[in-house]
Amino acid sequence: MSATVTQIDDLKTTPWSGGRSPFNVEYGKMMMWFFLLSDAFTFSSLLISYGALRFSAPTWPSPSLVFQSVPGTSIEHGAPLVFVGLMTFILIMSSVTMVLAVEAGHRNSKKEVIWWMIGTIIGGLMFLSCQALEWNHLHSEGFWWSAIPNKETLQEFFEKGVPFAQQQMTSHQFANLFFTITGFHGFHVFSGVIINIIITINVLKGTYEKRGSYLMIEKVGLYWHFVDLVWVFVFTFFYLV
Amino acid sequence: MSSEPTEVHHAEGEHGDTMTRKRIWKVFFILLGITCVEFFIALYLVPNGHMAIKVANPVYIVLTLFKAFYIVAFFMHLKFEKVGLVYAILVPILFIIGLILVLTNESHHWITLRL
Repeated sequence: MSATVTQIDDLKTTPWSGGRSPFNVEYGKMMMWFFLLSDAFTFSSLLISYGALRFSAPTWPSPSLVFQSVPGTSIEHGAPLVFVGLMTFILIMSSVTMVLAVEAGHRNSKKEVIWWMIGTIIGGLMFLSCQALEWNHLHSEGFWWSAIPNKETLQEFFEKGVPFAQQQMTSHQFANLFFTITGFHGFHVFSGVIINIIITINVLKGTYEKRGSYLMIEKVGLYWHFVDLVWVFVFTFFYLV
Repeated sequence: MSSEPTEVHHAEGEHGDTMTRKRIWKVFFILLGITCVEFFIALYLVPNGHMAIKVANPVYIVLTLFKAFYIVAFFMHLKFEKVGLVYAILVPILFIIGLILVLTNESHHWITLRL
């Protein structure tokens, strides 16, 4: 008799036998993971269409020629990857401050959470300013949604000997894809900054202290790291490849 | 927003293995290091002819996947979650790989359509 009872008790301890959360995460955090998964699909669709269009194009504006200036300074030529390298560094850095805020939350240290969150917000704002400068620079050259620079400027962005008709066609595709994808990503960064500000205000008000846990920091942290993750891919496929 | 966050929260710390400050900085330097390697390839190896662009591109993609792994596993803490959650997040990524395969193949045909 007692053996049977023990067996039932054994069964009940497995993760999926009911009575507890099999994933062992709080509801909101799991939903954030599933939202991020759906967002990953959206970004993948955009990046894969970019890949397919670029792959099938006879030529493409060379990244080391299009992105060779440092917007906001007088450097106009010969500095490929410098500016975007700075942007990448800023975003990875703000990811670090975010994960440090989460870690401080685990120790219920309100003061540290606030400072790391402020650091993250500043990082996000710096990234957005850099992106604004980058967009402004490309726009001043003549790129915009379905707009490309004039013939003389356009030639600077291609290897020598590419016919003008091909330059025109692929530049249009490049401009549309670049502004759509970095715009969609930038919008995510912007929303992330807004969410971070709201959460920081809540921390200041002591909402999570009363609640007894800083789990909310983890949830916004997940979103923020995802934004960083997407940038890693955007960086590779627009600036390196 | 959450009814009993503390309980779940503490249960998570149970298996001890989590992000310490030391580990956070370690992951940061790994990410920075990988980015520096990408820069070295793009700014030195490729322009000076030490590496063909056809070789460099797959290398960039592999390095990017490494970075993605470190961000998701450590910063997003997925490595320390229950295995069920890990699979719930990672298995649907197969659809993305499927789309990549389909559209890469498809774009091969677009080349001939355009000529």
